Amino acid sequence: MEKDMKLDKKNELKEKLAHYLFLFNATVAIISVAAIAFFVFYRGLQPFIPGNAEGNYNLIDFLSGLEWRPSLGKFGILYMIVGSLLATFGAIILGVPVGILTAIFIAELAPKWAKKIIKPAVEMLAGIPSVLYGLFGLGVIVPWIMQISPQAQGQSLLAVIIVLMIMILPTVITITESAINSVPDAYREGSFGLGATKLYTIFKVVLPAAKSGILAGVVLGIGRAIGETMAVMLVAGNPIAGLPKSIFSPIRPLTTNIAMEMSYAFGLHQEMLFATGVVLFVFIILINLILSRITRGSVLK
Amino acid sequence: MKRSKFSFILVLMLALSVFLVACTSGNETPPTEEPGTEEPVAEEPQNLSGPLTLSGSTSVEKVGLALIEEFMALNPDVVGTYEAIGSSGGIKNAADGVTQIGTASREIKDEEKAWGIEELTIAYDGIGVIVNPANPVEDLTIDQITKIYTGEITNWKELGGNDEEIVVVSREDGSGTRGAFEEILGFEGKLTQKALIAEGNGNVQTTVAGNPKAIGYVSFSSLDNTVKPLKVEGVEPTAEDVINGTYKISRPFIFVYKEENLTEPAKAFLDFVMSEEGQNIVEENGAIRVK
Repeated sequence: MEKDMKLDKKNELKEKLAHYLFLFNATVAIISVAAIAFFVFYRGLQPFIPGNAEGNYNLIDFLSGLEWRPSLGKFGILYMIVGSLLATFGAIILGVPVGILTAIFIAELAPKWAKKIIKPAVEMLAGIPSVLYGLFGLGVIVPWIMQISPQAQGQSLLAVIIVLMIMILPTVITITESAINSVPDAYREGSFGLGATKLYTIFKVVLPAAKSGILAGVVLGIGRAIGETMAVMLVAGNPIAGLPKSIFSPIRPLTTNIAMEMSYAFGLHQEMLFATGVVLFVFIILINLILSRITRGSVLK
Repeated sequence: MKRSKFSFILVLMLALSVFLVACTSGNETPPTEEPGTEEPVAEEPQNLSGPLTLSGSTSVEKVGLALIEEFMALNPDVVGTYEAIGSSGGIKNAADGVTQIGTASREIKDEEKAWGIEELTIAYDGIGVIVNPANPVEDLTIDQITKIYTGEITNWKELGGNDEEIVVVSREDGSGTRGAFEEILGFEGKLTQKALIAEGNGNVQTTVAGNPKAIGYVSFSSLDNTVKPLKVEGVEPTAEDVINGTYKISRPFIFVYKEENLTEPAKAFLDFVMSEEGQNIVEENGAIRVK
């Protein structure tokens, strides 16, 4: 009897220890998110609060300005917001169809040997550091665009779109593939049983059933595209002013604005870079809200 | 229940302390000195101690801080500070004795010389204007370069080159090289909107090396042969031509002081700056050595 109780106590202690170990690990993530959010918002909102030590800036001018000249005290980021959104939109338009078709091929159609080549290639693509995408863009895509562009340089919205399109492929492919795989085989068998062809089954039965999972992949791809920094910095051109007029115009994404100037900036200039970060943060929060809406009731969950 | 709450708090405190320790240890990067570099201290009969105060040019800050850091590592009792308030403020501070040494990244004006200050040129800063090797243009005037960067000249044809649009490449706002370039050419804040912005000297070079229509500028220390440095007003961009004053896109880094305000550490610091070791630090930080 007594021995059993001892054993119980021991087990209970073990359980408790494990419990706190897990809790501790979970708090690391939560504390990090809270700390980063607090830090960025705290620093980034200072310029818009009257009486700030480093000087004030009008929020409307900030969000609607078309010129970024910190040395003249001009901090307008509308042209960057437009650039970031256009680049992300373009990458999604080009990348999502390619990604979904690749995922269908891997999940439904590919023979075993082809799968063996494509899957590791996609995983490899996901693991390549983003600066290498940038170097590839600068060395291959930018010179190519320079030849077809009516403008004199290859650094452009188009270059950013192409680089981002390649970068979001792994995200879209892997999530779409797992969404397709989680569609029960009974669906397919039912469809075949009714005399449907393979293509009809894929597009009319499997894809609709996997819809929310695929959308989640798209939204995550958007998040990756809008947050990418290093790769786009090298191919975007990063001008100091002006809305992009065509896909051959250079753009300055929000992320590169922060990364390029943070190392030198001080005072109001630095706080305006944090303010740029706040805008980026708001975009990411929006994307996550949309994502949680979509994945509610998904097969992926 | 009480106990579990207590242990929860304990765990949380532990987590926090780990977090804090990680934070603070990241801030203080201990200077890793090889034992060999400590030797010269032995030559000094007395241990130097006390404050060493510098103020002035933001462009000299990097070189100045590097020199102060090394000097403090050699003389642990000296406390050096550098306040980046601009050349004019630094010269004024030196004249008024607010700081022992003032720093400037331009020539000292005559009215400032009248304040009775001594000058010591510790280094030069030179900026090379670069184009693609395929570009036939060899030589530009200061005026032409300024007009290219403000967007008044937009075609290489106007400069004796091919009939091609000029792709202007500049640096990010806040870069010391960009600040110096705009200041020397006198077009601060007027950079053309069409300019591409590349981050760092290396990216400027890569951009120019990859585009036959591009023009850029880099500090002398990072020039390499993937690009073609232009002559400015007929003068090659070399360290000698910067020092003898014929290459125009350059500026001196000057320390100014009043003899009577110099303490022992400040005198020793000036000697250190002009020593072989001090000049090596100057060079490592991207400036041109004077000795």
